[in-house]
Amino acid sequence: MVRRNFMKTISAVAVTAAFGLNSFAAMAAETIKVGVLHSLSGTMAISETALKETVLMAIAEINSKGGVLGKKLEPVVVDPASNWPLFAEKARQLLSKDKVAVVFGCWTSVSRKSVLPVFKELNGLLFYPVQYEGEELEYNVFYTGAAPNQQAIPAVEYLMSKDGGEAKRFVLLGTDYVYPRTTNKILRAFLKSKGVADADIMEEYTPFGHSDYQTIIAKIKKFSSEGKKTAVVSTINGDSNVPFYKELGNAGIKATEVPVVAFSVGEEELRGVDTKPLVGHLASWNYFMSLKNPQNEQFTKMYRAWAVKQKLPNADRAVTNDPMEATYIGVNMWKQAVEKAKSTDVDKVIAAMAGQTFKAPSGFTIKMDETNHHLHKPVFIGEIKADGQFTVVWKTPGPVRAQPWSPFIPGNEQRKDRPEGR
Amino acid sequence: MHKLRLLLAICLLGISCAQAAIDPELLKPLADDDSDRRIAAILALVEAAPEEAQPVLKAMAEDSLALAGERVVILGEGGRVFDAASKRELTPPPAGVETIGINNRVRRELASALAALRLFSAERAVRWQAAQEVNQNADAKMLPLLERALAAEQDAAIRARLQLARAQASLGSSDADVRLDAVRTLGESSDPRVRQLLLPLTQKQGDDWLEPDSAVRAAAGTSIRSIEQRLAWADNLGRAFTGLSLGSILLLAALGLAITYGVMGVINMAHGELLMVGAYSAWAMQSVFRAHLPGALDWYLLAAIPVGFLSAALVGVLMERIVIRHLYGRPLETLLATWGISLFLMQVARTLFGAQNVEVANPGWMAGGVELLPNLLLPWNRIIIVAFSIAVLVAMWAILNLSRLGMFVRAVTQNRPMAGCVGVPTGRIDTLAFGLGAGIAGLGGVALSQIANVGPDMGQGYIVDSFMVVVLGGVGQLAGAVWAALGLGVFTKFLEGWTGAVVAKIVVLVLIIVFIQKRPQGLFALKGRFVES
Repeated sequence: MVRRNFMKTISAVAVTAAFGLNSFAAMAAETIKVGVLHSLSGTMAISETALKETVLMAIAEINSKGGVLGKKLEPVVVDPASNWPLFAEKARQLLSKDKVAVVFGCWTSVSRKSVLPVFKELNGLLFYPVQYEGEELEYNVFYTGAAPNQQAIPAVEYLMSKDGGEAKRFVLLGTDYVYPRTTNKILRAFLKSKGVADADIMEEYTPFGHSDYQTIIAKIKKFSSEGKKTAVVSTINGDSNVPFYKELGNAGIKATEVPVVAFSVGEEELRGVDTKPLVGHLASWNYFMSLKNPQNEQFTKMYRAWAVKQKLPNADRAVTNDPMEATYIGVNMWKQAVEKAKSTDVDKVIAAMAGQTFKAPSGFTIKMDETNHHLHKPVFIGEIKADGQFTVVWKTPGPVRAQPWSPFIPGNEQRKDRPEGR
Repeated sequence: MHKLRLLLAICLLGISCAQAAIDPELLKPLADDDSDRRIAAILALVEAAPEEAQPVLKAMAEDSLALAGERVVILGEGGRVFDAASKRELTPPPAGVETIGINNRVRRELASALAALRLFSAERAVRWQAAQEVNQNADAKMLPLLERALAAEQDAAIRARLQLARAQASLGSSDADVRLDAVRTLGESSDPRVRQLLLPLTQKQGDDWLEPDSAVRAAAGTSIRSIEQRLAWADNLGRAFTGLSLGSILLLAALGLAITYGVMGVINMAHGELLMVGAYSAWAMQSVFRAHLPGALDWYLLAAIPVGFLSAALVGVLMERIVIRHLYGRPLETLLATWGISLFLMQVARTLFGAQNVEVANPGWMAGGVELLPNLLLPWNRIIIVAFSIAVLVAMWAILNLSRLGMFVRAVTQNRPMAGCVGVPTGRIDTLAFGLGAGIAGLGGVALSQIANVGPDMGQGYIVDSFMVVVLGGVGQLAGAVWAALGLGVFTKFLEGWTGAVVAKIVVLVLIIVFIQKRPQGLFALKGRFVES
């Protein structure tokens, strides 16, 4: 079996090489190059690989309908390998050597921060598809994921509500880098404004790729037994989530007693975990695979077919998640903007992006804000089911406008709601 | 208020009504959108038909209660559908069935309703579990129910639990003697929640004590102290266990290296990739079992042990034969060559299995844990890995000290030319010893697959830890590696509890650097080939 796979890979490589040559022969002027900058190995591969597939799928879909401005899109895939400085290097390569019109990429905020100077310097265009901590508004970036007020704040409000268990004590648990630190700073300020004392908030961080969560789970147990209803807010990123949830299940922390709400765990991350002991733990997103609407049905069906066609591992159990939806929205909105601008010129496309709308798989018509480069998105809170999917237990009535500058961080009042410069 | 009605219903349970179908009108509000109405519906259902309600509530708690048009149905195995009211199977199954999703609040109410119903079950194990669950949220409203359950209960162990629950429930009693009794009983508990219940009794609000009776106050103080003693015990025990568990993982990761580097003196940078080979064997066995022996899937891990050992050993033997044997006595070249091999193996894994981590599930018998005390739960997977590491250690000790191969290995290590002179085939012994070390690394990989992520780069995370253990323990020594692994594990865990994971990691690395500077030979020093040269 191993050998057959190996042969398959060899032949696949050969075929790709041949194709590459062909398209090169067909002359670069006939295609528009699109960069894909997602980690395909290392600690973030668990989350980012699916995003690469989504970009490729969306590109294939656009190409099958005739491409953009009469030209086919040609993806240029690079692997920054969960290595933050390598992200910047690969971004530079995409922009200056491959001359891509747009880049879809990054997951962790630290990777986004590392490529920002490159995009600014070379005036590139980045679509960033993941929920993040805000506190940033760049001319060269469109943020198709959620800002804190579209994910973190509603989730904590839900935990404090009657249906969410009326939590009074909070454990803020995260991986040690900029996104969890900033989000937790915002959440701490928010909780304070709701009258939660500092003694009732515990903040804990672990390094990237941490795999031994025994001590932290024991701490959570102790903290939660010291009175008042406790909830955990997890901003753990990457493959650390698998050992974390395994340990959580084994330690018998039930969602009815200490619910855990996660901001970076979706259907894809849960594929590697036995979800039966995790029933009832929560996640807050702008999209769930279990949503029922025609757009989502089409989206999930298309991705399943794509996974089978590309022979992705476990294709029969392929799932979609929020950042994949955000990626899909991003690719399509970029296409619409290019068509509106009648050019792939970065400045023209950025101008044309304002106010673009798209009927998204979340079931809502999503709009790109006229000024602040963020999407108006609905918020859903879901509980994990035994089959690794989510049941939506709470949602906003409609899309919410993003606040990239959180009002809970002092000094943000003077910030402008539009990118500075240019 | 709701709970009172529930209790009333349960108190009537003794005079059980005749087995009958549930009124479908009672079931419909279970699918309501509003949690308050749903909880009311659960209580109403329990009140109206306690016996028949059980399967319905159980199905609801397990996400298998569904709505087919107007009718509430229960989803069974293999796509079968039953009517929730009459429990009759619906053939053909209705179309457009939609599961009734519940949230945590409803789930909690369901659990306590089910626990209350189960307190009167005929089976001891079910009652035992239910008694445990009512302990989680006993309050004054449950008192009549607990009294009734206590009156009917014969089993001493369950009675003890129920009495604890009753004591919690009667803390709010207006009779000081009842409160005093309750406080004294609760002193026997070792549940941190109970301490939380007792604490207010010893506190003042403004100038008044929250508890007017001074005897009760004093008893509460004594009870809290005895609970806290037990809690502190359990805390330290738990911390020691997590340290032991981390130590056993470090040991498993490092044992193979203790042979290849420690005994043979080969600086094997590809050690982490040998762990990876073992871990991927576990994944491969899981896939094989899933495809061909789905009935025995839970036992794939047992098959993975020999497979992991043999495949890693094979890789090790190939490495030794093709590359390393030409480089004996040249540590720098060995280091570079094995590093190259490590990159090569990682890329092979990436090509064969993909760059993403693969999913290795814990078998059923490794899930969950044993609850020694309410705040001390030892997970099975950790216990089994500790036991496994001890078994591997014993086996390795036996091979090195009791077998002919072990004797030869020791002979070659101590004095190669002399061993050659008396007829030991030194070349073959080197190969076998390296294969053995690699195989043991494979076993470590199988164990790691159960707690960590399995991916092409997983070895990178362990190579530093492994060298740390072997160097700290003293090169050339098994006992050293054992002590170093356990010491590092326990030390890290106690430090983590105190400083957090990020700082703990830094502190441990700094301390090791300092230690190696002061004592380069490690904890235990023994002469090996590497040391001699």
